[in-house]
Amino acid sequence: MNRFEYLRPNSVSEAVAAGSEPGSAYLAGGTNLLDLMKAGIARPTRLVDVTRLPDLDRIERRADGTLRIGALVRNATLAHDQDFVRSYPSVAEALLSGASAQLRNAATVGGNIMQRSRHVFHAALASVSDAAEDDGRYSAILGWSKACSAVHPSDFCVPLVALDAKVEIEGKTGRREVSLENFYHLPEDSPEIATVLQPGDLISAVILPARAGTFSPHTSYLKLRERTSYAFALVSAVACLDIEDGKIAEARIALGGVAPKPWRARSAEDVLKGAVPGEAAFRRAADVALADARPSRDNAFKIELSRRVVLRVLLSAAKGSPDRLPPLPSSPFSTTPGVPHDA
Amino acid sequence: MAYSINLTVNGDGREVEIEDPRVTLLDLLRNHLHLTGAKKGCDRGQCGACTVLVDGRRINSCLALAVAMDRTEVLTIEGVAGDDGLHPVQEAFIAHDGLQCGFCTPGQIMSAIGLINEGQAGDDPERIRECMSGNLCRCGAYFGITQAIQEAQNRRSGTDRRSAA
Repeated sequence: MNRFEYLRPNSVSEAVAAGSEPGSAYLAGGTNLLDLMKAGIARPTRLVDVTRLPDLDRIERRADGTLRIGALVRNATLAHDQDFVRSYPSVAEALLSGASAQLRNAATVGGNIMQRSRHVFHAALASVSDAAEDDGRYSAILGWSKACSAVHPSDFCVPLVALDAKVEIEGKTGRREVSLENFYHLPEDSPEIATVLQPGDLISAVILPARAGTFSPHTSYLKLRERTSYAFALVSAVACLDIEDGKIAEARIALGGVAPKPWRARSAEDVLKGAVPGEAAFRRAADVALADARPSRDNAFKIELSRRVVLRVLLSAAKGSPDRLPPLPSSPFSTTPGVPHDA
Repeated sequence: MAYSINLTVNGDGREVEIEDPRVTLLDLLRNHLHLTGAKKGCDRGQCGACTVLVDGRRINSCLALAVAMDRTEVLTIEGVAGDDGLHPVQEAFIAHDGLQCGFCTPGQIMSAIGLINEGQAGDDPERIRECMSGNLCRCGAYFGITQAIQEAQNRRSGTDRRSAA
């Protein structure tokens, strides 16, 4: 870890001024940034601690029906907020499927959005033999380029993107909002997950639109990974269905672990408009969602796996959101009846 | 440039001068305050051996900067026993053989105390295991650890009739 200057400003404007200086990085929960600094991958010369800034840690239902989640709200705090769980169960379940309890207690909403891919570790540290052994299971099948086939590691961002979440940013020129989907650039030329953030920009909140709450009765997040807990997704997906008179009025589908940013599957959503919920329609949707998928490494298996995950998560959403979050959040063991995980 | 921080550790107010801002809370506890209960297992937030409570929340102290801990309350394994004896979680770990070499044990116990305070896992061993997945035990004492947490939680909620008031 390189040496750095540590600052703790008392206001957002002070923070933005300090954060605008070259070599500055914002410090919130620190669970990602300090890890990257210990690996020598992130090398900021100044850390601007934003954890004590006032008014950035509230969960606020606003008069227009939107929900404003302050950027400093801890992952665990949000995932266990009863009103939040009731209105957005797939977001809560996605949060709980990520990292460990200790990390969720420290990590913030803003920091979750700012996660860098594991690719940055591999790119910085890989030897020739490492590269040969890396079969690309954590590489993309959608949206990738020769410069970068990393996948975005966040679970939280997948249902957020499906629900049209926005990111509120405080910067040198004031406050603005950007859709979370457009917050990330696709890495055509640069080998990093890039965002729209300019020097000094500070994420101040995530905003869920009023419509996002309508999907709560039929929503599911499914995460496939090589361990039962505390591992990144190989493939994950969210499905949110608005079912009226036995037909799908609107569907939202997004995938994680397959692309450099959380991947919204709009053409699959269109296929389901007006359809009767069921396996036939969901298979069609899954095929459409993965129609443009291409293996970036020796990872063609992820394409078929993703198709099956999309199908499974749609079936799970159609069945209905559970009354209580299951013991194993987002696990296939939670959605397959009669299959016990462990004695 | 030195940074001066004030924090409470196991109930004692401490004022600490930190020369190097890279010092983590784990380093502060072990090297500066000589509280060596918290262990440096991986130093990357992956093993949980460094788990302590900060303001009542369990975190990985290896991923917290000491300079960022100003005006916080820290509880370590050295601070959980009372004047009248061990903490119920400590007793339960002993009763249920929740350790072998003991290296991960301070982190396991702090994490378990944090878990019980969070109140999410209830009496369900699957939920307990999931909520403890951030604490690795190379000796494999997971079965005893899970049982210990179940008992400690039941004692706390009064559902275990064996624990007389």
